[in-house]
Amino acid sequence: MRKLLRGVRLALGVIPFGVYVGLFLLAPMVAVAIGAFQDNSGGFTLSNVQAATHGVYLHGFWQSIVLSVISAVLPGILGLMLAYAIVRAEGGNLLRQVAITAAGVFANFGGVPLAFIFIATIGSSGLVSQWLTSLGFDPYAHGFTLYSLLGVIIVYLYFQIPLMVLVILPALEGLRPAWREAAENLGARTWDYWRFVGGPVLLPSFLGCVLLLFGSALSAYATAEALTNGTIPLTAIQIGSFLNGNVIAGQENIGKALGLGMVVIIAVAMMIYVVLQRRAARWLR
Amino acid sequence: MTTSVLLQDLTRAFGVTRALDGLSIEMAPGELVALLGPSGCGKTTALRIVAGFETADTGSVLVNGKDISSVPASRRDMGMVFQSYSLFPNMPALDNVAFGLRMRKMGASQRRQRAADLLDMVGLAPQARQYPHQLSGGQQQRVALARALAIEPRVLLLDEPLSALDAKVRLQLREQIRTLQQRLGTTTLFVTHDQEEALSMADRVGVMRQGRLEQIAAPDELYTDPATAFVAEFVGVMNRIPGELQPSGQVTALGSTVPVRGHRPDETAVDVLVRPEGLTLEVAENGNGIVTTRTFLGSVTRVGVQLSGDVAVQVDRPSAESAALGPGASVSVSLPGQPVLVATRLVS
Amino acid sequence: MAALGTSSRATAWRWTILIVAAVYFLLPLWAALRFAGISAFGSVIGEPGFTASLALSVRLAVITTLVTIALMLPTTVYVHLRLPKLRRLLEGITILPIVIPPVVLIVGVLAIAPGFLKSTSLLLALVYVVLAMPFTYRALDAGLRALDLKTIVEASNSLGAGWLSTLWRVLLPNLRTALLSATVLSVAMVLGEFTMASLDLYQTFPVWIYVNSQTSGQVSVAASLLALFVTWIFLLGITVIGTRQSRKTGGGAVTLFTVAPAETRGN
Repeated sequence: MRKLLRGVRLALGVIPFGVYVGLFLLAPMVAVAIGAFQDNSGGFTLSNVQAATHGVYLHGFWQSIVLSVISAVLPGILGLMLAYAIVRAEGGNLLRQVAITAAGVFANFGGVPLAFIFIATIGSSGLVSQWLTSLGFDPYAHGFTLYSLLGVIIVYLYFQIPLMVLVILPALEGLRPAWREAAENLGARTWDYWRFVGGPVLLPSFLGCVLLLFGSALSAYATAEALTNGTIPLTAIQIGSFLNGNVIAGQENIGKALGLGMVVIIAVAMMIYVVLQRRAARWLR
Repeated sequence: MTTSVLLQDLTRAFGVTRALDGLSIEMAPGELVALLGPSGCGKTTALRIVAGFETADTGSVLVNGKDISSVPASRRDMGMVFQSYSLFPNMPALDNVAFGLRMRKMGASQRRQRAADLLDMVGLAPQARQYPHQLSGGQQQRVALARALAIEPRVLLLDEPLSALDAKVRLQLREQIRTLQQRLGTTTLFVTHDQEEALSMADRVGVMRQGRLEQIAAPDELYTDPATAFVAEFVGVMNRIPGELQPSGQVTALGSTVPVRGHRPDETAVDVLVRPEGLTLEVAENGNGIVTTRTFLGSVTRVGVQLSGDVAVQVDRPSAESAALGPGASVSVSLPGQPVLVATRLVS
Repeated sequence: MAALGTSSRATAWRWTILIVAAVYFLLPLWAALRFAGISAFGSVIGEPGFTASLALSVRLAVITTLVTIALMLPTTVYVHLRLPKLRRLLEGITILPIVIPPVVLIVGVLAIAPGFLKSTSLLLALVYVVLAMPFTYRALDAGLRALDLKTIVEASNSLGAGWLSTLWRVLLPNLRTALLSATVLSVAMVLGEFTMASLDLYQTFPVWIYVNSQTSGQVSVAASLLALFVTWIFLLGITVIGTRQSRKTGGGAVTLFTVAPAETRGN
């Protein structure tokens, strides 16, 4: 009995936090989850889920996933190369500090300001577009436009690459020099080392980071919205339009179904990420 | 496998610091040479130059008479054991050991067999399928040893391989390494800061200090005949007793005058260096010292004596004769007639 | 350094990558600067809605930060001290906002919020606390882990200090850097958050930039650069101050970013 009381007394300290999280995180999510299966009068229905997985919404999911995969793998590889260059560059600690701070700052730079800065760069009257035109090659005349999926990918690179650098850097630094030297000592050349030791050891971290980037790209709303004004079907944008009132009345719960779907996808990705990180931690100890 | 190694006049500087200042060592085939010294003395740098991970500023490394200074590390045919955590974490023990053979394009079944044999040689056959993080420190180092030996290297290089292990494991591994090395007859260079390790394992020990070799000799010679004060104090326990250098070249300390061996400092105020077993001690009413401690070490008892003039010494005596020497006993410590080493007086 | 990989070819390759990266990241900024023109910067402040939206953002930032610290600090200290086994759970919960996209969260919040809250911007500030949790928790957790919390609290108690004294005189000064980190991160997040604000129909600074772009693109770009610049100063400042502080007490350099910060900023 005393133990029970003690347990309760101990738990008291975290109640404020629990209540807050319950109110502002869990309750809304439960509302979304429940609402996804409710029709307009509150009864149970699968029609929302049905609608969310067909037609324009299915297209939206598909586009979002394609966008997110490309916006994860491409910056993943580029970020890895950049991180590796940072780790191995001589310039010592100063270069590394500068690079990390820069990466941290750029990784946080997204949304509306970023969209506008890119519009100023490669938008239809952007500086680089005009410069290219003066050189004889007008990208917009050749069908390129910033306000497309391709444009969104290019803009996403701007914060996804630094994000990748930040998260893969610890893993790269976890590659002990002794491994490389031991491999060399046993006759391995650069390629052998990466193929048999470096690559396999980095792989879980790399995949995990790519998953993180995937989640980041899938959730992103502001940048895409600012760039495309809702013209490209992306799940995040579609969910937003339900709140903007751009939908037929009586279909609000479809937005919740979409939201639920998005959360499910990201949750799965995050679970795989956690597993991969554990494996990586074991090796990179 | 009979390989001789010659390090010729190696120098290496890192900025202002001279890590190596003209190091020359000749290693006979099958010999285990230990490089002993405090951290920063250059021993690891020397080893890494032999391995090919560093390049010397001047000087060269010759293996069987051939200069290998320009040969890349991956082609030197030397096996190296690192201080710790050098096993590839993504491979089980067997694949780690077989790695060097894989690089030499040996067939899969052949190299697995050889790796298994080597793991057996170090007593780890049951652990073949285990990953490094599942092995203890001592086991990891044994796998690392097997991995280095798998390629039948001409030279075996060991970079403080036992430093990261605890005492008991260290002792076991010491024996194992020495036995294996002798059995295979591989010329070996072993770097350590632990003098006990070096003395017990090596054919010859090179004591290094600030990039230079102070003395290289068999362990017993190092102990009984240290060439310099540094070597004398680094190897074994050494007493420092204040004394006066006489114009005759002899030194006066503890009331007697004895000949001087080796280098003679310029100053007259010096310290005499004597081993604990090199002092004589007698119970005396008005002696020059009081016993402070008595430590039983088996057949020998180490007696700590506080001499007049704030000098403390340790004297070793047979335990059978040390019963009366409890703390507080008045004793007399003196120098027997043998020549002693002297060094510049340390101001503490 | 291993002998492999220090060849001059490898070095050239490395520096090429670094230079290309620098160009890719700096070019848009320069282009934006040219596009906006110097005059745009001047007129930003005069634009209608600028002051109001900035004031709103700042107000929200202050509320969010205060509520965050009032909530997270005692909780984190308490868990570290009394319920160490719950630490993993706490960490897991604070990671949740990363899994839940802000756009989805706002849907849920608007669905269940009571009318009186929904009609004020306070609701937004309160939800921002949740969005900021991942970084604020990590900052505080890192700060607490650097202290030997149990020992100094016990020492403080044994010397006669009560709980409040201990918190105020012992813990807070030692957590200065962590608190500063948490504050800056949460302020930066609020000032840049667009998704939830726009969908909750409040014109915070980022929303204003977007809406205003319809009328004056150059001013919007100038405002964006301004917002970016200010955030940078903040983040750089905290890194510098934090590093200096922690170096004084024997620690290392301070880095703010351990977990994906971008996702919950309403990107």
